[in-house]
Amino acid sequence: MDAILKVSGIGKRFVLHQAQSAVLTVLESISFALFPGECLVLSGHSGAGKSTLMRILYGNYLASRGSIRIRHGGEWLEMAGAEPRQTLALRRHTIGYVSQFLRVIPRVTALDVVMEPALLRGCARKTAQSKAEALLTRLNIPERLWHLAPGTFSGGEQQRINIARGFIAPWPLLLVDEPTASLDETNRQVVLDLIAEAKAADSAIIGIFHDRSAREAIASRFLNLESARAHTGGESFHAA
Amino acid sequence: MSALSCDTLLESRARRRADADEDSPENFSEATTPRPAWAAESPLLQAEHVTRLFGPEQGCQDVSFTLYPGEVLGLAGESGSGKSTLLAALSGRLLPEAGHVRYHDGKDWLDVHAVGESRRRTLLRTEWGFVEQNPRDGLRMSVSAGANIGERLMAQGARHYGKLRQAALDWLRHVEIEPARIDDTPGSFSGGMRQRLQIARNLVSFPRLVFMDEPTGGLDVSVQARILDLLRNLVRELKLSVVLVTHDLAVARLLADRLMVMRRSRIVEAGLTDQILDDPQHPYTQLLVSSILKV
Repeated sequence: MDAILKVSGIGKRFVLHQAQSAVLTVLESISFALFPGECLVLSGHSGAGKSTLMRILYGNYLASRGSIRIRHGGEWLEMAGAEPRQTLALRRHTIGYVSQFLRVIPRVTALDVVMEPALLRGCARKTAQSKAEALLTRLNIPERLWHLAPGTFSGGEQQRINIARGFIAPWPLLLVDEPTASLDETNRQVVLDLIAEAKAADSAIIGIFHDRSAREAIASRFLNLESARAHTGGESFHAA
Repeated sequence: MSALSCDTLLESRARRRADADEDSPENFSEATTPRPAWAAESPLLQAEHVTRLFGPEQGCQDVSFTLYPGEVLGLAGESGSGKSTLLAALSGRLLPEAGHVRYHDGKDWLDVHAVGESRRRTLLRTEWGFVEQNPRDGLRMSVSAGANIGERLMAQGARHYGKLRQAALDWLRHVEIEPARIDDTPGSFSGGMRQRLQIARNLVSFPRLVFMDEPTGGLDVSVQARILDLLRNLVRELKLSVVLVTHDLAVARLLADRLMVMRRSRIVEAGLTDQILDDPQHPYTQLLVSSILKV
């Protein structure tokens, strides 16, 4: 089977113009390929650049160097230098992202937050709604919360809303950043099951898990970002 | 272009609804994933080196970009950076001293400033919309809410009273104004209601391209949230292309797909909204983003 993602030599430096143009090098040169049905778990201590790599792959951060090619609709698309509408098309059909925190929008209900990715793909409202309800039920979000905006929900509830949103549509590539962080044992297991089902359906997954047993239950392989950096002999800080 | 009737507009809305209701395939095999849309799509608006200066670094200079159908482009920057001047030049209200603005009407490219005044006016009340920051500037304050909404349809040839009234009632509902207020003048409306009425008045003709100048600028925060929510849904449902001026980066995050940051008449940074706000590259953008207060 062909790869879904080919990352080669990506690096990330932040230039902080508000702090005497300090330069912060977070990633030196990361390369890997990812295949459908695989789960790649990113490892490395806090600050090693795991979330940075995720945000680069989702287009929120610009890579300072290197190439990221993603198979999208049967063609390879280079993300470095892609136009906004190309990145948005990728996000609509190819890359899903369960971020650590839910972005709450005033007046938008939990159900609408969850349905949005399906609707953006052109899924009928009715179908999207029944899928969303099934996911919210599975993640133990009580029905009385479905029609409320999640702004006032607890951290764990918001996280489960975010997870339901991430799993409402099938993604060729799914990025999950600490999806089990503030969940109880029951919900943690639901999330691990959802990930396993996505894998079985040939999604390629890249994940960050602090929870060791979760990590080991799900990983097909690991990418250690510290050793990736050590190989290239990079340093964390440079003074400009 | 022939004038559209009210009937075709209602049909076109029904058709767009029907499109949205069609179910998409469940799986993402290569056969069912749509081909990349950018392969064939033609741009809607093109700005090339647009320049209009009132003084050194006052106004806009050397602005170029291409807008595609369905894209929402935010213009961000502080007061006096030239956002509104650029918007006026793009929408044909202001003649640039250099550069071109071209609009693709579905068949041909038109030079927005070279077409005649009458063609430009037709554009402005059919395929384009313009939402002013102050609803007073965009509404006719002396006529009823219903007449404000019906005006574009009438300008396009709709004459059937019952249908005009029905369109007005539908749109009042879309923008969450009590339909019973249809015969009241905007003077009796609150600021938030006026802004929603102005939005209805602009969108009733299903424009392809809408210019917005700080549409939530003068409103209370609670009223702002309602309008943002409304705009967000309408933009998506009607697949509108929008050029949106805002100094509020939270508004840009919510509504804009892509962002151009202006400073002293120039674009200093442009790109995907998330990227500009999460990983700003230019010193000025970094300053702007880092100055936002979080609650």
